[in-house]
Amino acid sequence: MAILDRFHKYGSPPQFYATAKTLAPWFGWIGALLFAAGLAGGLALAPPDYQQGEAFRIIYVHVPAAWMSLFVYVTMAGAGVVGLVWKMKVADAVARASAPLGAAFTFLALATGSLWGRPMWGAWWVWGDARLLSELVLFFLYAGYMAVQAAVEDRRAAARAGAVVAIVGLVNIPIIHYSVEWWTTLHQGPSVTRFDAPAIHWSMLAPLLVMTLAYMCYFAAVMLVRSRVELLELERRSAWAREVAGR
Amino acid sequence: MTESFREFLHMGGYAFYVWSAYALTAAVLAANAIVPRMRERQLLRALAAEPPR
Amino acid sequence: MNAAGIFSAVLKRDLRLGLRHRSALVNPLIFYFLTIFLFGLATAPGTAALPGIAAAIAWLTVLFASTLSLHGMFEPDLEDGSLEQLLLAPVPLVLVVAAKIVAHWLIGGLPLVVAASVGAQLLDLPRAATGTLAATLLLGTPVLSLVGAVLSALTVGLRGGGLLLAVLILPLCVPVLLFSVGAVVDATAGLPVAGALYMLAALLVLAATIMPPAAAASLRIRML
Repeated sequence: MAILDRFHKYGSPPQFYATAKTLAPWFGWIGALLFAAGLAGGLALAPPDYQQGEAFRIIYVHVPAAWMSLFVYVTMAGAGVVGLVWKMKVADAVARASAPLGAAFTFLALATGSLWGRPMWGAWWVWGDARLLSELVLFFLYAGYMAVQAAVEDRRAAARAGAVVAIVGLVNIPIIHYSVEWWTTLHQGPSVTRFDAPAIHWSMLAPLLVMTLAYMCYFAAVMLVRSRVELLELERRSAWAREVAGR
Repeated sequence: MTESFREFLHMGGYAFYVWSAYALTAAVLAANAIVPRMRERQLLRALAAEPPR
Repeated sequence: MNAAGIFSAVLKRDLRLGLRHRSALVNPLIFYFLTIFLFGLATAPGTAALPGIAAAIAWLTVLFASTLSLHGMFEPDLEDGSLEQLLLAPVPLVLVVAAKIVAHWLIGGLPLVVAASVGAQLLDLPRAATGTLAATLLLGTPVLSLVGAVLSALTVGLRGGGLLLAVLILPLCVPVLLFSVGAVVDATAGLPVAGALYMLAALLVLAATIMPPAAAASLRIRML
């Protein structure tokens, strides 16, 4: 079957390394263009929100970061499953490589959320916003995943352990989010502090979508670079790694 | 021209928050893009320097 | 030997080993009441806050105490070599793991249910909410043992495994924690708690179904 052949072909580390080397710059440059367009749209072209004024512009770095933090976790768990079931080294490398990126996105979502919250609610952190709380739990999930990978010395075993942690985490994420949502809405104190999405007009939405695509391209580019590094480290002793280095 | 640019920087009084958010994002994304490439160069150099088997 | 036989054999063994030293049962309880005491002590006397957070403190302390005892689920067996034997034995690993989870809960979970219900009283938890607290503990502590089994299996034998286990399990305990404390807060306010208790029961059923096989798989990943 042609698809399975492709799958196994790109599953070979040297092949993946070469492909990643070619693809990464493309994603990088397209991403850069999308960032430029998104920033122009978000910072200049979109009109200020009638409620939040210019502060709402933080949405263009906050929301994509939050979406990416979740998307990367799913990718990480998915790659983990592939590595676990099909014993693919490339999948293991992709999973391990994605984790720091996901954690970075989560950190950015939290930090920009805080910077958005301060002018809106007067506090750097509130315990009543379900999305920020869920995001923080996600950060701890990433931290735990990276800790497990670091604790197991054999790379292959580390990847397998990490995969289980990621899968258990993935299954829990909707449950955690639901419970936090339940907790903050039913047991809310008198002051309501939640992110009220501004009334979304097309001129405000378009830059958001562009920025999201930009972040995706960025992730693709950097993930490919990181995966290359992981593969090199995993396969230090192999012939193909030496060949690549000698070139 | 400069008036509207100054207004742009001012961000309706929210300058600190908006620009901090964007600056932080730029810094974190840049760092994550640069560090792996440096690591890759380091690794390749180390591998090339090793004596042949 | 049939399934029930294997299960009860492993269960009896683990209970016997776990209870060999009285301290295995008593120390967690002492730790528990000590922590409650410290919380009550460190909260300035007469502070109105205590009844409001009594449920949270009671539950969090259960969480920490339970996490501390989780490391003992597989670690002693790894050390004396019996873990390898269990893996190589021609018995379904899932049954062995399930029995170990039950043993862990009986020694490390059930006593805490009683202790926490009492401890919460010491922290001025309103009487009306005690029954609900006990119910949440009864439903929630098995979930801790179940999820803990998977993570315990994954971290067995690792350097700093106990702390790593805590880092891994605490985020996953958020739903149980929130539904439990939420139920107690509702009970204190006189609101119905059935919804929250059903959610806890659902989590228990979910955990009981997927965690034992996952724990068995995790053991194989680390050991074989």
